[in-house]
Order: sequence, then C-alpha cells, then structure tokens
Amino acid sequence: MGQIVAGVLAPHPPHLVYAENPPQNEPRSECGWEVLRWGYESLRESLSQIDYDVLVVQSPHWRTYVGTHFLGVPELKSKSVDPIFPNLFRYNYDLKVEVPLAEQICSRAAELGLVTKMMRNPDFRVDYGTIVSTHMLQPGWEKPIVGISSIGAASYYGMDVMQELMQKLGQATKEVIEASDLKVVLVASHSLSHRHFVKEAEVPEDMSREHIEHHGQYLWDMKMIELMKAGDSKALFDIIPDFTEQTVGETESGGLSWMLSAMDFPTVPAKVHAYGTVIGTGNAIVEWRPKEWRPSKLRPQTSVPSKHEDVSGSKA
Amino acid sequence: MEKTRVVEKTKQAAPKNLDPNKQVFPEGQPQILKSYFVPGLPHILLCPEKKPEWTKVNQAFGKIREELKELKPDILLIYSTYWPSVVSHQIQARPLIKWTLVDEEWHDLGSVPYEIKIDSDFSHAYKDSAEKRGLEVRTVDYDGFPVDTGSVVLQKLVNPDNQFLSSIVSSHVYADRAETVVLGKAARDALVQTQKTAAVFVVSSFSNRYLPNWPEEYKEEKFSSLKDEEWNQKFIELLSEGRLEDVSQLSRSFHSQARVSKKVVNFKPFWWLSSVMGSTNQFKGEILEYQPVHGTGAAVIGLTPSAQTQGDLEFDEEDIEVYQGNRNILAEDPS
Ligand SMILES: [Fe+2]
Repeated sequence: MGQIVAGVLAPHPPHLVYAENPPQNEPRSECGWEVLRWGYESLRESLSQIDYDVLVVQSPHWRTYVGTHFLGVPELKSKSVDPIFPNLFRYNYDLKVEVPLAEQICSRAAELGLVTKMMRNPDFRVDYGTIVSTHMLQPGWEKPIVGISSIGAASYYGMDVMQELMQKLGQATKEVIEASDLKVVLVASHSLSHRHFVKEAEVPEDMSREHIEHHGQYLWDMKMIELMKAGDSKALFDIIPDFTEQTVGETESGGLSWMLSAMDFPTVPAKVHAYGTVIGTGNAIVEWRPKEWRPSKLRPQTSVPSKHEDVSGSKA
Repeated sequence: MEKTRVVEKTKQAAPKNLDPNKQVFPEGQPQILKSYFVPGLPHILLCPEKKPEWTKVNQAFGKIREELKELKPDILLIYSTYWPSVVSHQIQARPLIKWTLVDEEWHDLGSVPYEIKIDSDFSHAYKDSAEKRGLEVRTVDYDGFPVDTGSVVLQKLVNPDNQFLSSIVSSHVYADRAETVVLGKAARDALVQTQKTAAVFVVSSFSNRYLPNWPEEYKEEKFSSLKDEEWNQKFIELLSEGRLEDVSQLSRSFHSQARVSKKVVNFKPFWWLSSVMGSTNQFKGEILEYQPVHGTGAAVIGLTPSAQTQGDLEFDEEDIEVYQGNRNILAEDPS
C-alpha cells in the first residue's frame, strides 16, 4: 500500500541554488543564505533516513488560471532561466516525471469536481520553483517527480475559494497515493511572508543587506511556525487566509494548504529545519511526518533511531 | 517658427490633418509614427481557425503587419503586461533571442520557435534615461531568458521576419501610476536621444477574466461577464475618438471593475502608452478589431498622432517628471 511518508515546506528562492554553485547552474557566487542552505542540508539528511519513491511538488511559479495542471511528459530537459533573477539562476535540468501517478491524481481531482489538465508538450519548460525546491531536496535528481501547477484562484476569487480547492486536491492526492504502491514525499514549494525588497544589492550574496522586509511579517511568520511546531495543523490551515492577506504570503499558491489536507492535517509536531530571509521574504524549511508513521515499518533493516523522533510520533 | 525635422519615409502614415506628404516632428520631440494596443494570447497565433472571433483578431494583426511595411519604423517599442517583473523594471537587450515558447497555461496549443532581433543600443539608452528619472531598471541579456507569450505572439504576427528591431520592456508588478508614467517619459527621452523612429506597442488584454473551462468544451466564444464587456466598450468608444489620455486617467476604475484586481497593483498599460505618446488626446483612433478570446477583451487598436483634439483635458492625477519613490503614508516620528 502506498503512503505519504513526509511532507515538506521547501521554499524556492533561486538564491539558494546560486549560493550552492552546483554544476547545473551557470552563475557563480561567493557565499550566501547559509542558514537556509544548512536547513536544507538537515532536511536532506532527514529524508535520507526514509524510503521514498517520488517527490510530488506543487509550485507557485507554474501559475495556471484554467484548472490545475500536471506534468505529463516522462522526461523533461532544458534550461530554466528565472525571469526575475536571471543573473542568479540559469539552470540546466534533466528530470524524470512519474506520469502514471500524475495522471491518477489528475483524474481523481477531476472526479472530485476540480478542473484539471495533463501537460503533454515535450517542449514545455519546467518552472524555476519546482526546480529550485527539487534541487535543494535532491541535488542529484535521483527520484522522479510529479509536478503540479498552482491555480490562481486566490487572485481570481479569494483565499477562501483557494482553501477549498486545495482541500479537494489534497484529498485526491492522498487517495491516489494510498491506492498506489508508492512512498511519496509531498513538497509545498513556497516562502511564508512575501513582501520583498525591490532593489537588489550590487553583490546579491552580500549578507549585510539581508533581513526581514518588515517586523510585522516576521511576527506573522513566527505565529505560523509556532502552530507548525505545536502540531496544530487545523489551526495552521485556518489561519492561512489571514496570514496571506497580512504578509502577501506565498501561501496564496495553496501549496501548504494542499499538503496539510493530503496528510489529513498531521498532529505530529513539525520539525523546523531553518528559518531565514531572502531579499526580505520569510522562508521556513519544515518537515512533517504523518500521524501513523513509524520508522521501523519503513526501514526495518536499520537499528539507528531516527533523528526525527520528535516529528515522527514514534515516541508515542 | 518652431524648428522641425522631416521624416520622409513616414509619408504613408501621415494623418489626414497633417501634411499628407510628410510627418513633422518638432525638434526635441520623439519620432513616434503610430501606436497600437494589441492582445497577446497564443490562440490568436496558434489556432485562429478554431473560433471565428480568434480568426478576426488574427486578421487585424495582418493589417498592422501591412501598415508597418509602409511606416518603416526603426524600432518596435513594446510594453508587455505578459512580462511581469518585481525587482526593478526590465528591458530586453539581447541582440538576437532564440528559443521555443510553450505557454504555461496553453501548452496544448503547441510550441512556438521564435527569433527576435533586439535593438540593444536603444534598450541601453532606455535604461539610462529611466535611471536618470529615478527608476530602478535592468537590461536582460541571457541565453534562454523566457520571453513572454504576449511579446512572442506580437513578433510572430507583425514582424515574423525581423524586418524591424524591437525593444521590449516589462510590466513591473508593484509599479503604480507615478512610476509607470515616468517609465513612459523615459522612453520618449531615449527616442529623442537615439533619433530613432518608432512604432509603439502595448500587449495586453482589456478585461482579463478567462472563461472557466477549456475552449473545446464551449461552443461559442463570449466575454467572461457583461460588466467586463461594458467596461471594454467604454474604453473602445474613447479610444475610437483618440482620447488616449482620458483612458489613461480611467485606469484605476478599469482595474477595479474589469480586471482580476489582485494580480498586480493596477492596470497600467495606458499609463505607459499615454505617457510615451505625450499625454494627450490628439490621436486618430482606429478600432481594428474587438473580440472575446477565452473570455478576455481582445482589442486591436491603432492610434495615430493627429493635430485634432477631443476637448480640453481634465487631469484627475498629477503629471510626474522624476520618480522619487513611494510616499510614506505614516508620518515620521517628529522626535
Ligand atoms: Fe516564489
């Protein structure tokens, strides 16, 4: 039986890939945003403790207005150039898509009343949000992904409509994964508060210029993180519309709402691997494990205790 | 008498109320031959035959293509709302852009291989003039930079062989009127400085709400709502009378009434266009086409500078020369 083995909030500032200087990215940096990059390091270490087959990634930078779309081409290879930060992110990607799983989520979501569509054009360029988050989770691109677009319902109608749609999409995701034989990590690819500077430092990685754009949005970010750490996913879900309104949050893309719904609102406290700012936006790297998750079920061969017992619920 | 410069090659485009044999540009004024407002959805390019409305819009682009052959501008100066930027205004400066476009929403309509030749010198001049007016601007010159769908659709339909060089400027998501008006004035400065003749384009829909399902699922194309359509008609009427600055002054109302209002801070293409064109109502307006495309208002409009004017202007909002940043609403602590 398939299972969602983890859900992660994995923000996608291209700055993080830029600062890592991987061979796939053309620009070179000196340093930068270390706390967030170390947070990703910690998350990668944590995910390496569990078996999983696929990453299912929902990204705000694949923005669709007519329905939710799914990558439907088995292999996609091209160069992704960030339209906002082309100076930082020109990344050659070569990725595999778990098309059957995407097709099943697409059809189930349609049965539940959502407008959906498979993307079948082999020339399609994958958005930089999907690529940055996936790279930071697995720089070697070992696992295939399912790529899901973010429907622009928040700007068309409002966050309440978006919440309902994401609840349904989450339900479809959960049902399909549980009916499969795949172990899946869900990836909500976005920042928290999203007010940002409109000028870039001459040296983009000059960390003397990096701080939260506004104290008010920092307070909101901390409120969200407090609820994550408390394992109060329902309250977290309910506060997302207010949070989005007050901080111009990238939560408007629905990723976190979808992930919480798909995980049936996990009550296990989330593990916050890092929090930091990128051009003034608030970014948290956070990991959730499902209520029923037990490390022994997934890795019976290991006697090493999980580093994340605090998020796994295995103490109970 | 005011000193004038004569541009012979614009004979065919001269509006009737000017000397029909030559268009006259006063010294120190930009040589803008004509401006156009056009839509940018890929339907118009990739499958115009699928709906009669799309066919008509496609054909209207054909008229512009023919007009450009007569106008022979040095450059096509393009402002595309399909190209949002958030960290500064961006201006395309790569001399030759080659890529294959697939729209993120309309990927099933097909791929568009394209080549666009850019007037890099003009783009840099535009950046410099915008910076002098206080704006934050960057040029972009990167292999693989994603040129927006609207700009590609325009190029393929009116300038498929790159007969004319282009310069494309982004639509800054957070810019409001002051910044956008100044961006338009900076374009004028750059045109004067480089002595280039230009055809000016805005790529944007009018009302921009989509129909909620797929084209194959509806029999007839239609506007997304009657209210959107009524606002479109209001703008069409004003523009048919050449009242560009009046339309510009109505941008905020249009944004709140006929646009998906949370996507960007405001509806700004007419702020930019009117500013580039001199902030007047002195135009001959031609509605080349107006149809729904997937529910949005797709208007193809030509505006030719003309000596005639539609009455005195009533400016609700001030004219701005230099951008000095957003005003702080909260008072500073006096202590
Ligand atoms: Fe983002």
